Amino acid sequence: MPSEETQNKETIKEETRADRKPQTVSAVTIDPEHLAKIKLDKKKFHRKRRLKDWAMFTGYLTPSLVGVLVFFYLPLLLILKTSFQRSSTNTDFVGFDNYSRVLTNEAFVNAAKNSMTFSGIAVPLSVLLALLLAILLNTKLPAESVFRSILLNPMMVPVASVVLIWQVFFSYNGMANGWGLYKLFEDGRIDWLKSDHSQFVILVLFLWKNLGYNMVLFLAALNSIDEEILEAAKMDGANAIVRFFAIKMHFLAPTLFFVAIMSLINSFKIFREVYLLTGDHPYANLYMLQHFMNNAFTNLDYSKLSAGAIIMCVFMIVIVGALFFAESKFDADVEG
Amino acid sequence: MNRLTEQQKRDAATNARRKVHTTVDRDLSFFEQMSEAEREEFFKDQKKKSLRVRKARKTAYRISTGIGLIVAITVSILAIIPVFFTFLNSFMSSAEIAHNYGVIFQSLSGHAENGATYLAKTPSLTLVPQKVTIEQYLNLLFMSPTYLMKFWNSIILVVPIVLGQMGVSCLAAYSFARYRRKRREVLFFSYIILMLMPFQVTLVPNYMIADQIGILNTRWAIILPGIFSTFAIFLLTKYMRQIPVAYIEAAKLDGATEWQIFTQIAVPICKNAIFALTILLFIDYWNMVEQPLVLLNVPDKQPMSVFLSQINEAEIGIAFAASALYMIPPLLIFLWGEEYLVEGISRSGVK
Repeated sequence: MPSEETQNKETIKEETRADRKPQTVSAVTIDPEHLAKIKLDKKKFHRKRRLKDWAMFTGYLTPSLVGVLVFFYLPLLLILKTSFQRSSTNTDFVGFDNYSRVLTNEAFVNAAKNSMTFSGIAVPLSVLLALLLAILLNTKLPAESVFRSILLNPMMVPVASVVLIWQVFFSYNGMANGWGLYKLFEDGRIDWLKSDHSQFVILVLFLWKNLGYNMVLFLAALNSIDEEILEAAKMDGANAIVRFFAIKMHFLAPTLFFVAIMSLINSFKIFREVYLLTGDHPYANLYMLQHFMNNAFTNLDYSKLSAGAIIMCVFMIVIVGALFFAESKFDADVEG
Repeated sequence: MNRLTEQQKRDAATNARRKVHTTVDRDLSFFEQMSEAEREEFFKDQKKKSLRVRKARKTAYRISTGIGLIVAITVSILAIIPVFFTFLNSFMSSAEIAHNYGVIFQSLSGHAENGATYLAKTPSLTLVPQKVTIEQYLNLLFMSPTYLMKFWNSIILVVPIVLGQMGVSCLAAYSFARYRRKRREVLFFSYIILMLMPFQVTLVPNYMIADQIGILNTRWAIILPGIFSTFAIFLLTKYMRQIPVAYIEAAKLDGATEWQIFTQIAVPICKNAIFALTILLFIDYWNMVEQPLVLLNVPDKQPMSVFLSQINEAEIGIAFAASALYMIPPLLIFLWGEEYLVEGISRSGVK
C-alpha cells in the first residue's frame, strides 16, 4: 500500500511539472434527468428487494404467527373484553366490577397469598442452593460429571411418578413421622400435607425437581469464566472469598438473573405438584392460584375467570419487566 | 573541557565508592556464619519444613475434597432415592406392597379429619424386596387394559406436540434470526412474554378458543396450543443468531436459495439445540397435568400423569410398576441425550 501511494504522488508531481500552464478542464456534464432516473431505479430495486425479504421471512414466520394469534393473542383480547362484561353471554358493560369481585374474593386473595409466599421462599432458596452446589462441583471434584447427571436426573422424572413416594414419606403414617421428623415443628405426629407445614413438603419437592437445572446453568457460567483472570487475582493475593465475590459474582450476575426468572416461572407451575399430591381441594395454605382458576372453570364463571387471568397477566408482565429492567440497569453498571 | 571534568568527576566518585566498599567491614552473611555441618543441618530442616507445609496443604485439599464429596454424595443420594425406590418397589409382589404401604392410604381415605382412626403404625420402607417378582408388571400389562390406554394417551398427545412445535419453531426462529427490523423485534419480545406466562394465564384463552371452535374435550384442544407454544422459538432464535453471517453470505454467493440456506446451513448448525429442545419439550409435555385437567376433561382420554395421582388403596399393588413404567421413556431419553440437554441448558443461560 505505501509503495502505491508514493507512486501516485510521483505521477502527480510529474504531471504538474509537465503541464505548468493552467489548463481549463471542461466539466463532465451529467444529465440531471438521467441521474434522477438512476436514483429512482436504485430506490425501486431496494424497495423491491426489501419487500421480497419481508415477504420471504414473514412467510417463514406465518405458521407460528397464525397459531399464536389464534390460540393466544386473539383469545386474550376476547378475554379482556369478557372481563368487562357481566357474563360471557350478557354483554352489558360493567366496568371494573369483575375485577373488584375477583380481588375481594376470599379464595383468590388466599390463593394469591399462598402462591406469593411459596415463590418468595422457593425462588431465593433454589437460586442459593443451586449456586452452592455449582460451586461445590466446580472445585475440581472427582467424578463431577456423574454428580451432575444424578442431580439433573430429577428434572427428567415425571412428578406423577414420584407422588407415591412423597406420600410414603409425608402422610400421617409416613416415613417422615416414623423417623421423628415432626419434632422439628410440633410435638405430635403431623399429617404433613394437611397441616401448616404442607408448604414445606411442596418446597422439598420443588427443590428436588429444580435444583439440577439451575445448577447446570450456574456451572456453565462458572466454567466460562477465564481461568487467567482468577490466576492473576490469586497472584495479587486475593483469597478464595475475595476472588468469589469480586470476580466470579461479576461474571455470574447475568446467569443469576436468568435463573431467578426461570425459578419464578417454575414456582408458578407448582400447582402441578400440589394437585398431584392433594387433588382439587387441598389444605388451605396450599390453595394456589391455579386451583382458583380450575374451580372457576368448573363453575363456568367466565367473566370472573377472565378478570383473574388479566390480573395475573398484568402482574406477570410487571414482575418480568422489573426483572429485565433491573438486569439491564445492572449490566450497564457492570460495563460502565 | 566541561565534559572532561565531568568524566573525571565520575571516575573519582566511582573510585571513592569502591574504596568505601572495600574498606568497610561487612557482616558475615547468614550462611557464612555457619559451619559446614550446621549449614547442612539447616538445609535439611528447611526441606523438612517445606515438605510439612506441602503435606499440610495436601491434607487440607484432601479434607476439603472429602467434605465436598460427602456433601455431593449426600445430595445425590437424596436426588436419586425417589427414583431408585420406585424401581425397587416395582419388583415387589402386590401382597408385600399392601403389607408395607397399605397403612399410608388409611390416612388418605375419607376419614382423614378424624385423628382417632389413624393407626399408630408406620410403613416399613424396604428397599430390597423379599422376593423379586415381575408380578406388578404382568398385572399392569395384561390384566388392566386401562393403564395401557393411559400410556397410549400420553404418547399420542406428546409426540405430535413435540414434532409440531419443533417444526413451527425452526421456521419462526429462522425468520426472527434473519430478519431483524424494529417491528419484528417487538413481536419477538411479545413472544418472550408469552413464553414466560404461567398456565394460569394461558389456559384461559386456550379454553375460550377451544370452546369457540368446538375442539374442547378432544385431543386437538391440547395438541394445537402445544404446537404453537413459543418456548422453543425463543431458544432457537438465540442459537440461530449466533450463526456467522459469513456462512450465509457465502451460501448466497454460491446461489443457494433461502430454503436451501435454512435446511442445509441453519438447521444442521443448530442440530444440538434442536435435540436439546426436543428433550426438554418431551419431558415438559410428558409431565403435563394442567392442560388435560382443563382442556380434556374426559377421563378416558386423559394421560397417565393425571391418572397416577388418582391411584388409591385398591390399586397400590400395581402403582409402583405404573410409576416406574411412566418414568422409563424420559429416563431413557435422558441417558441417550444428556450431553445435548446439558449443552442446551447451559447455552440458554449464557449470553
